[in-house]
Amino acid sequence: MHPSETDGAGIDRRGFLKVTLTASGALLLAPGFARAPAAGAQPPAGAAPPNPLGLYVRIEPDNRVFVGARNPEIGQGVKTALPMILAEELDVDWAQVTVEQLPLGIEFDGATPRWRWGPQGAGGSTSIPEAWADLRQVGAQGRWLLRRAAAQRWHADPRELATAAGHVVHRDGRRASYGELAPLAAMLAPPTGPVPLKNPAEYRIIGRPQRVVDALEIVTGRARYGFDTAERDALTAVMLRCPYFDGGIVRYDDTAARRTPGVRQVLVVPGPKPGEPYTANLATGIAVLADDTWSALRGRAALDIEWARGPFAAESSAALDAQCERLLARPGRIVREDGDFDAARRAAARVLEARYRIPFVAHAPLEPQNAFVHVQRQRARVIAPVQQPAGAQRAVAAVTGLPRQAIEVHMTRVGGGFGRRLASDYVAEAALVSKATGRPVKLVWTREDDLQHDFFRPFGHHHLIAALDADGAVRGWTQRLASASKYYRRADVKPEDLWTAELYPDDFPAALVPNYRLEWHEVRSGIARGSWRAPAHTANAFVVQSFLDEIAHATGQDPLALRLAMLGQDRELAYSGHGGPKFSTARLRAVLERVAAEIGWGRRLARGRGLGLAAHFTFGGYAAHAMEVEVTRGRELRLHRVVCAIDCGRPINPLGIEAQMQGGTIDGLSTALSLETTIEGGRVVQRNFDDYPLMTLAQAPADIEVHIVPSQADPAGCGEMGIPTAAPALTNAIFAACGVRLRRLPIRDQLRAGA
Amino acid sequence: MAIRFTLNGEARSFAGDGAMPLLWYLRDHARLTGTKYGCGAGLCGACTVLVDGRAARSCTLPVRALEGRAITTIEGLGRDGLHPVQQAWIEEDVAQCGYCQAGQILAAVDLLTRVPQPSDADLETIGNLCRCGTYVRIRRAIRRAARALAAQRAQA
Repeated sequence: MHPSETDGAGIDRRGFLKVTLTASGALLLAPGFARAPAAGAQPPAGAAPPNPLGLYVRIEPDNRVFVGARNPEIGQGVKTALPMILAEELDVDWAQVTVEQLPLGIEFDGATPRWRWGPQGAGGSTSIPEAWADLRQVGAQGRWLLRRAAAQRWHADPRELATAAGHVVHRDGRRASYGELAPLAAMLAPPTGPVPLKNPAEYRIIGRPQRVVDALEIVTGRARYGFDTAERDALTAVMLRCPYFDGGIVRYDDTAARRTPGVRQVLVVPGPKPGEPYTANLATGIAVLADDTWSALRGRAALDIEWARGPFAAESSAALDAQCERLLARPGRIVREDGDFDAARRAAARVLEARYRIPFVAHAPLEPQNAFVHVQRQRARVIAPVQQPAGAQRAVAAVTGLPRQAIEVHMTRVGGGFGRRLASDYVAEAALVSKATGRPVKLVWTREDDLQHDFFRPFGHHHLIAALDADGAVRGWTQRLASASKYYRRADVKPEDLWTAELYPDDFPAALVPNYRLEWHEVRSGIARGSWRAPAHTANAFVVQSFLDEIAHATGQDPLALRLAMLGQDRELAYSGHGGPKFSTARLRAVLERVAAEIGWGRRLARGRGLGLAAHFTFGGYAAHAMEVEVTRGRELRLHRVVCAIDCGRPINPLGIEAQMQGGTIDGLSTALSLETTIEGGRVVQRNFDDYPLMTLAQAPADIEVHIVPSQADPAGCGEMGIPTAAPALTNAIFAACGVRLRRLPIRDQLRAGA
Repeated sequence: MAIRFTLNGEARSFAGDGAMPLLWYLRDHARLTGTKYGCGAGLCGACTVLVDGRAARSCTLPVRALEGRAITTIEGLGRDGLHPVQQAWIEEDVAQCGYCQAGQILAAVDLLTRVPQPSDADLETIGNLCRCGTYVRIRRAIRRAARALAAQRAQA
């Protein structure tokens, strides 16, 4: 997920600290991202007093510390990791800390929006690097104030004071808790500039394994997701959306729906017109509003609708494959050219070619989309599982005409994001229905709705060609890609830039092969596309890491040795995409060598067994997988061992990193083995988990060994790094085991069919 | 005709549409939202509850089939402190997004009730889906809970 998709709300990053004291004696700290109101300014008439839960850090008199979590928690662990960073610099005990979810905090300076607490998106693996940049100062400045307060109380020199686990300690033994010092600290002027940060050698929280903060709520069923929202007077709505891309309604009869017990209203919700940019909801449909979910579902089932099949009625997966074949038969648009690939090809001792096929896939978060929206005449309130709360606010503003300042957005816990919730279409739908009916509305999606209406990961055919010299060294490399860009009906993306979502020009092996070309062809499709976890990295790592192995095997080279030879000397290369500005060959080499060592690369294996590996740089992190598989006589696939290594810079929460790498591995394997969204007659075929079969516990590897490479580099987030290398390590291992090269995903029963 | 059953130990009766899946009774009428909707077709297990102590998928179980039964939801597990399975789930730090975990926990409780010392093959009979991929830690948590339950029985 590219940073341009997380909201850059014109941030003013002058970070002074706002400090206040509550009536009960609690110290409130908030980063002063917004400018302070002018002296003497009055709060708006009728404004409620500041809610202490709305501020960033609250230190109670009894020394409990409440830390606000600014990013949505989608299972990636930031609700634990970010407070860890702040708590470390504040120098409190993790056991003192309670974390509370913050709502969307945007303040307006005239017309300019500013973050109140810093950026609040969950995408692009940006939460941790952003917090590393700003949150440490919030904690450190709080600690600075508390030491100053103690110094004042004790008439001491602040340099004689240390802090330890939520206390200020004088060299002579005197101690005071942060809670006791809070009232005094609140009266002091905050520092006017950045203060020194902790020496990492003194970290007590960062780098130590911590369990997720909401574990107790989750295991007792008390954790509240968007789907669990139960607001007074809300109606529950479900929509029947046109399944045909850009289709519409020819006629409908809602008589039976209206007569269903519990149903209160039925209304048409128009979708975007064909050819227009996508701005709000995805599809035209009919909403059924009822007292409860079952009544709404029964009412929807009673709708009688004839759909207009729209301009893409003939679209199918087979037609898309044919379109790719036609496109790749001609030259495409060259988006990177180093040297002269054509000359290298003519001069080559050997030329290798391979074509790969990557399908559309759905996000399928286990909690289907939903949003509660209450649109009133002058304000609106949103409660929803979102990855881009500022985007949700913009979407509601757009469909209601209300100013953003009048729209509250509360982020619930999210039952899986994976990039689906970066889009605000489901929030816009709920806003449209609430506005049209004048009621508070909780609009929920069923699983069928979710699998039929998504912003799917792009489909594409990748044609790779390598020009090799007599020693098997790669002298020329080209990747020709025909794909349906993830930039779907984006008014803000020019046609000549659609390729930038599909190919990252500085990805390996760019700059490591002297004659290097990337080429793109636009596949036209009516299906909606968008950001899936680790966007184009999943496709590109698969084809590049597979093709490397094909080159190695064709020329009698060891796949590990070939990769290391291509990486060459340890150095940094320019990387212009998200995750840059640098790509370190040394760090990629290290994860590659680590997994190779752990899996026992090079050892002889029993017949039918094979080892495979892959490594890739994703959004600032370096990851590698190595796997040992067996393909039995009956062509059954067994995963015997799965090993991965991750270098995401300084580890914040090793327990969380391990979770993301294990989860990402399963995501990559599940998707590559079994998952595909297909199109027939201008609509998506898959509807539920019987035809979109997520991996089960029985199918998943029993263990996934995760090796975190120690690093002192600035931390990168690791929510996406575990996926791209899983599939190619698998298919490389399968080839080593039985000589079958799998180039089309999903794998499904290609092995048994004797691919 | 009202349908009568017990829910987490309390007597309940429901006089509405008997065809309504138990899932929606729990979430919308009893206001217990710990039991989740994932697919509505009995395929994912997010809606798992215990009926007379056995795991059942509440999204495909009509309320009318529950006459005289005892239903336990995640909210009713471990009424006096945490059930050893819940405790094991915390100790192994299983949850990522957490949405499937109530169902996973109840499926594990059901398994351990029937098979106190489960083999790998026994664990693999749990078909509850986890989109985040927490299966490695689920296996560890079930084994940990099995040991804790065995220790409890040994002390009793």
